[in-house]
Order: sequence, then C-alpha cells, then structure tokens
Amino acid sequence: MQNEMTTFKPKIVAFCCNWCSYAGADLAGTNRLTYPADVKIIRVPCSCRVNPMFILRAFQRGADGVIICGCHPGDCHYTTGNYYARRRMTLLFSMLDFLGIEKERTRVEWVSAAEGAKFAATMNDFVATVTKLGENKRLEDLRCKK
Amino acid sequence: MQRIGVFVCWCGSNIAATVDVAAVSDTLKNEPGVVFSTNYQYMCSESGQNILKDAIRDYQLTGVVICSCSPRMHEATFRKAAAAAGLNPYMVEIANIREQCSWIHKDKAAGTEKAIILGRAAIAKVHLNAPLTAGESPVTKRALVIGGGIAGIQTALDIAEAGFEVDIVEKQPTIGGKMTQLDKTFPTLDCAACILTPKMVDCAQNENISIYAYSEVEEVKGFVGNFHVKIRKKARYVDTTKCTGCGLCTEKCPVKKVSNEFNLGLDNRRAVYIPFAQAVPKVATIDADHCNMLKSGKCGLCAKVCTAGAIDYKQKDEIIDREYGAIVVATGYQPIALDKYDEFAYSQSKDVVTSLEFERLTNAAGPTGGTLLRPSDGTHPHTLVFVQCVGSRCEDDGRGKSYCSKICCMYTAKHAMLVREKYPDTEVYVFYIDVRTPGKNFDEFYRRAVEEYGVHYIKGMVGKVAPRADGKLMVQACDLLANEQLHIEADMVILAAAIEPDPSARHLATMLTASMDTNDFFTEAHPKLRPVESPTAGIFLSGVCQGPKDIPETVSQASAAAAKAIGLLAKNKLTCNPCVAHSDEWMCNGCSACEKVCPYGAITYMDKEFRMPDRTTAIRRVASVNPAVCQGCGACTVACPSGAMDLDGFSNSQIMAEVDAICKMK
Repeated sequence: MQNEMTTFKPKIVAFCCNWCSYAGADLAGTNRLTYPADVKIIRVPCSCRVNPMFILRAFQRGADGVIICGCHPGDCHYTTGNYYARRRMTLLFSMLDFLGIEKERTRVEWVSAAEGAKFAATMNDFVATVTKLGENKRLEDLRCKK
Repeated sequence: MQRIGVFVCWCGSNIAATVDVAAVSDTLKNEPGVVFSTNYQYMCSESGQNILKDAIRDYQLTGVVICSCSPRMHEATFRKAAAAAGLNPYMVEIANIREQCSWIHKDKAAGTEKAIILGRAAIAKVHLNAPLTAGESPVTKRALVIGGGIAGIQTALDIAEAGFEVDIVEKQPTIGGKMTQLDKTFPTLDCAACILTPKMVDCAQNENISIYAYSEVEEVKGFVGNFHVKIRKKARYVDTTKCTGCGLCTEKCPVKKVSNEFNLGLDNRRAVYIPFAQAVPKVATIDADHCNMLKSGKCGLCAKVCTAGAIDYKQKDEIIDREYGAIVVATGYQPIALDKYDEFAYSQSKDVVTSLEFERLTNAAGPTGGTLLRPSDGTHPHTLVFVQCVGSRCEDDGRGKSYCSKICCMYTAKHAMLVREKYPDTEVYVFYIDVRTPGKNFDEFYRRAVEEYGVHYIKGMVGKVAPRADGKLMVQACDLLANEQLHIEADMVILAAAIEPDPSARHLATMLTASMDTNDFFTEAHPKLRPVESPTAGIFLSGVCQGPKDIPETVSQASAAAAKAIGLLAKNKLTCNPCVAHSDEWMCNGCSACEKVCPYGAITYMDKEFRMPDRTTAIRRVASVNPAVCQGCGACTVACPSGAMDLDGFSNSQIMAEVDAICKMK
C-alpha cells in the first residue's frame, strides 16, 4: 500500500475518451498494472466532450484532482477533438490556478489505446501529486458536504 | 422515476476475487430507483442474459446497470439482450468493474468500495437515459485497398471474387510490392515472381478491380459505408491508355545514371523506365526529377521513338473522387535505415549489404543476372557473414526497434542455404541472438541449413566490421557458447535489417483516424478476436502494416481482411450510432459556434418561423444537426454558449450526474 503516514485518500475524476484513453485504461487492467483505487473514470466519446462545467462541478463537489485523457494530437478519432480539448483546458486550468486550485490538480494527458503502461504510470504519478497537495477546499461547495 | 435493475457479474474469479460482489449488489439495492439487484457468476453467458431478460419482464425495468467488464467488451451483448426483452437497448449502462477496478486493485475493501461508486455513477446516469433509436445509412458497394503488395493484391482479388468492385491504390508505378524484389521464398523455395506475377496479372484482368498505380490517397472523409476519398494520380507523363509497354523509350533515353530503386540502387535505370519486365500496369513512367525534357525542355527523344504516341510532357496530376463502403489498409513495410549502425560499415563498404539487397544480388532478374558477385569489384565471394537482428530486439530506441522482425531468421536460413547450394566452395557464417522458427515446416528448414548445407550458425553478435585496404572485411564477433572471440576474414557481410512500417502509414492513419501503436503499426480492434479490423469502423488491416509477418501469414490475413470487408459490403444498410448531437431550437441563439467546431459539417443553420409567447411570429436563425452525418464527438456541445446543443447518450446532465456520484461524500 501507499505511505502509512498519509491516510488521506484523494478523490480523483478521470475523463477518458472512448477511443484511445478508455481503451488504454482497459489495457492497463488487462495487463494487471496497478494504480490507486482513488481514480474513477468517466467515459466520454472524445476529450472535446469534456465541458469545463464538469470540471468546475467536480471541484465544487469535493474532487481533489481532475485529469482528462485523450488521443495523441493528430490521432483523434474525430480528427480535431483533442485540439479543442487542449485549448479549452489550457485556458480553464490557468483560470482555476488563479482561483486557487493549484495547477497540479488538473492535467491533460495523451494516452493511446496501446499505452496501458503509460496510463497506469500517469495515474500513479497524478495520485501521488494530488495526495501531496492534500485536500481541495478552495472551490468546494459546503452545501454539497452532506 | 426509472425502475432500475442492477446486475453484478463475478466474471468467475476475475471480479469476485478482488471485489465483494454480494456487498456491491446489496449496497446498490438501496440506491434510489433500484428495484432489483443481483449478482451472478457470468452475466454474459446465456443463463446470465436470461436473468437479465427475466428481470426486465418481471420487474418492468426501465433501466439496467451491469457491473461487469469493459463496455468495449460486452456493451453490445447486454444491449442486445435488453432489446430482446423489450427494453430500449440504450437504457443499458455498464459500470466497468473488471478492467478498471478488480484487475488493477489488490485490496478487496478498496476494490469493493470503488465498484460501488462506479455502480452508483452508472445508476445516476441511467436515471437520465432516454430511449434512442438508431437510424440507418446506405452502404457504397465498393472497396478501396491502399497498397498493392501481396497483401493488397490478395485482399483485392478476394473482394472482387465475391462480386464487389475494388480499387487498388499503389504509390509505386507498378503493383507487386516488396515481394517482386525477392528471389525465392521460404520454406518451399519456390520463386517469388512465379507465384506473385500471375496474381498481379489476375488483378489487371479482373473486371471488378481497378488499379491506380503511381497514385496516393490524398484525403479521406466520411465514415463506415460512406467514405469519400480523393486519390491523387501522379503524372507519369505517359498516356497509360496508349503505352504498349514495348520499352523502346527506356532504351533510347539519354539519361542513364538514375539510381534504380527496384534494385535498391545496385544499378542504374533511365529517366523513363518500367520498373521490371512483369510490371502491372506495364507502362513507362518518366521520372520528372531527372528527365531533361521536363527539366529544361531540351530532349524529347522518347516522344520521337514512341510509335504509340503515348508520351505526354504536359500531363498533370489528376485528382479522382471516389466513394467507398470499406477501406483496407495494406501499406506494408520497409527495412530500417542503417545509418545508426556504423559498426557494420554499411555506409563504408559496398560489400556490406542488407538482406533485401542480397535478394537482388541473387535474383536472376537482378543487376548481376543472378550470379553472386561482390558489388565492389565483381569478384566471386568465398566467405559470407550473415548478421541477424540488426535493429531488431534492440533496447536502444533511438537506434533500432524493440520488437522481433519475425522474418529474418527464416530468410537468412534461406540465403545461407541457397549460397551453399549454388556455390559449394563458400563458407557461410550466421551470427544470431536466437533462432526463431515457429511455423509450418520452418524449423525443419532451418535444420536443413545447418545439417545438410553445413552453414556455420554461431550464437553471438558481431561487434565490428572493418573494411581492409585489400577489399576484405574483418569481422570481429564473439561466440557466446564457446566463449571466445572470433576474427573472420569475410568477402561479404549481409545484414538482416529490422523492418518498420512504411513511412506513408503515419499520415494515412491520421487521415483514416485509425489508431497506431508506438511503433507505427496499425492497431487492431482486438489483439486476439478482431485481428484484421481497425478500431475505426469500416477500416480493415491487411499484412505487415499491422505487425511483422511472413508471406503465408500476410496472405491469410489479407484474405481475412477481405472476408470482413465483404461482410460489410454485403449489407444494404448499416445501423447508425444514435448517440448524436441535437439542438434545442428554443435555446439556440444562432451564433454558429457549433458549426465551426464540427469536423463533419453535420451542423447547418436555417431561418425558422417561431410562434413567440406574445403570439407574434418571429423568424430566428437556429442550428440543426444532420443525424446521419454526426458522429457524436460532442465538440459542439461544449462550444455552445447557450447550452442548446447536447449529445444523446452522453448528455451534460448525465455526465454531471456521474461526476456528482463519484464525488459524493461518504
């Protein structure tokens, strides 16, 4: 298990595109590559389907980190979707950083369907980073904490 | 309120070992809207599906959540079962608790907790699911095969044989591919040309096959059943309908020193050329980079000698627009460049050759007429050293490839055997890491090389090849089994260079939106169960473009790809994906943001009459989505500032509900 000192288990939402990253996550499973159970994956057709509102909502509801995974640039199943995602998220993440959500809590990663190992490594790294930052309280809506 | 049924699968011990399935089904029973919850050993089995069907009927379920393996695996299975029980198939959601839970977690408590949360998210989503009906789209009954090597030829012949029209696009002036350059083929030693050229002729003569040689795919649009492809037919400066392939122009052309790519630069050709005698189509091609007439306007000799009047210096590239139902990729391979392997002196000595060059040197139609001669001085070599795995199984990514190229062990055994048979006075050494000979009659073939033909197989790698002033090559190697250093005075060194996907494949994959692995081989939809289909519907894979293969394997995969393509072309209608975008016309403000981001041009604007609340009539500009063209990426839903655009099956509220369920406090 992880460091005994940290009992903090972060809540991490991962948006994975159906064509590359979700398949990459499946491959990580097929190869029995472990990463913490703190990561919960939401399947979306394309990384460009991820509305900035989803990320804001996640942080509002107490998520400690949000990661968006899509096909490598140029390999998008829908040709250009991941470029939109990249641009939108660059903007959103800098705004979130301004609002006090450290930019380490948000990430965009390209994981292809063949990169199970990369998926597991990315998740391990992301969970470790977010765990180090601790709980996210900045955007949390206290009304949701029931 | 939906009436939801939850079905938790054990998947034998695959899920049950790290997830307490009973706890999951018991906990999820208390979720709002859940009226039935159970767990079963194998939900995908017939009896598992019957549990699902019975529950749908008995409990009047309006929504179903299956906690099982990845939706990529069995979503279709469960949707079909639900439909059989009278439930709309799009009311089924899968919680992936195998690939993304039980298989990656060791701790049962954590695994169970996560499975419950994933189940909750799926339940939250199903609450907002709406029945969807899939539309239909027609299928263009024509296939495109990209690449005219043995893989493409076999696929095209099989598709044509089934009665469908098929086009082959080949970038070289002739079809045939790498196999035309080979001398003999293992393990039967029949000559490559003797078995390939009849198939090339079959392609040319089959009325269902059109060959676009010296052409490249320029653009691919559309989707399965309805691809729109632009093919660039490069200018040959020869009218292919008039050219008889007599070859007179290729004899008279004054530009004689153009490196002959068919013989891998081992000899020269003219600026106007026919790659080889059995080329299909057998027509001349003018190489614009070297032709005097095209460069400076001073020559025109070929036009003068051509009795058919086929030479046309003003010819331009032609763009051909075609529609296809299926596309088969057969782009093949090339040997890697050896510029990073200086220790073998490939760039320093002409007598260090690659195996493909060696094929040309032993081929009766090659530059030496089939007599094995040293390329440097034309003398007969006495000592030959073959080096295996040059760039294959290489841990240094910058230099070579991590994978095994698969064919080298066998063709090296073939080369060694043929040399010893033809020239018994030679000594042949083969340096190897491992000899890999799985395949029908392959190991027997290799053993013949060692036992009957006396080829010296030495386990160990060659460290250095040093050309000496007298033309000899000093080969320094180690014999791992005898644990000694070897110094061999060789006349020729033959390098079994690794093979890599053709460089054109990368760009093509982007056009086709077909995925590739880290080595640029095309990825198959499933490594075991769907090996000839790309994950992108309507794209099939044939030959080495998917991974290293020898000829028998390539041909069988080519036929398999053809069978899959035929299966698609035989359908009159395809069921479309119903998860498409739609716009709420009352919310749409006509800003065009969605139209700009749509990669398919599925969104159009129109002025529509609306009856306003104050009983006036207003004409408003609103977006509308063509569901037959929309592929459901959702780019428009995020671009829409007014929130009018939403995606069926992945709606804003559904994803929000999933986020809420995952982030919910305990």
